[in-house]
Amino acid sequence: MKNDKLTVGKQRFNSRLIVGTGKYKNMSECAKAIKLSGANIVTVAVRRVNISDKNKPLLMDYIDPKKITYLPNTAGCFSSEAALRTLRLAREIGGWKLVKLEVLGDKKNLFPDMIETLKSTEVLTKEGFRVMVYCNDDPLMAKRLEDAGAAAIMPLAAPIGSGLGILNKTNISIIRKQTKLPVIIDAGLGQASDAVVAMELGCDGVLVNTAIAKAKKPFSMALAFKHAVIAGRKSYLSGRIIKNLAGKPSSPTEGII
Amino acid sequence: MKKIKKIKIRLNGKNRNIIKGYKLYNLVNELDLPLRKIAIELNREIVDKKKIKKIKLNDKDNIEIVHFIGGG
Repeated sequence: MKNDKLTVGKQRFNSRLIVGTGKYKNMSECAKAIKLSGANIVTVAVRRVNISDKNKPLLMDYIDPKKITYLPNTAGCFSSEAALRTLRLAREIGGWKLVKLEVLGDKKNLFPDMIETLKSTEVLTKEGFRVMVYCNDDPLMAKRLEDAGAAAIMPLAAPIGSGLGILNKTNISIIRKQTKLPVIIDAGLGQASDAVVAMELGCDGVLVNTAIAKAKKPFSMALAFKHAVIAGRKSYLSGRIIKNLAGKPSSPTEGII
Repeated sequence: MKKIKKIKIRLNGKNRNIIKGYKLYNLVNELDLPLRKIAIELNREIVDKKKIKKIKLNDKDNIEIVHFIGGG
């Protein structure tokens, strides 16, 4: 277990939990939740700087990019063009090459536009990015992304922020079995047990934002997710028993008085 | 007294008047932005931050300055 690390490209991470930095009440709450979650990677968004308010706190002042890996994402992008522009700018901020691509196609459900996503993956890979790709839970599309050079496949569990948990365990299992790439469940988890399920399916990690940030007690939920990911991973590696409809006694039947 | 000539640029979607002859470096300095925390786009092209002392701003230039914020 000690050497059981999350590997993306050539980078290795101790924690299999990736957390988002959005939706927290303030920066200090966000920073504390991240610390408690034990995450080594956090997703961050790229936005215009606030010209009028110079004293607005900066994310980098609260979460040190030297200690925690920033994973710039393209949240809010609805076209390949917008996503490419965002990630090229992100790279310029500080040389980030490991990125999360997310091209949305549907404003209501926030489902990914897989055609635009696939196109963007090809371009970004050619430009030297290592692209972790948010995608739907379609094994065929996941294969296409792998062929296009993705660094990780990140299928949704359910719509972003919905908290519904993993809706299609079968497809997630198929995606896990068919690819050599890390599979990270991204979006839709609602509680710690959802992370256990993801890890027990053999997934390499989970990405959580809303479920922690919007929990009544974000700090305690961050801890819950930390332990859930560890528990689920250990359970997966331990080799579960075969399911049996009939009962089998746990105590010896011999020597009963 | 010599009158200071100004030009109009667009910065992060808003109009702004700056002194004619201003370099991109002067603008970043005026805004008090830490260079290692931002990226700059000039007329849709990404700017090499090492070269901002040499880049002169022109009338109607469109500048975007971005940074990282919290996101999922």
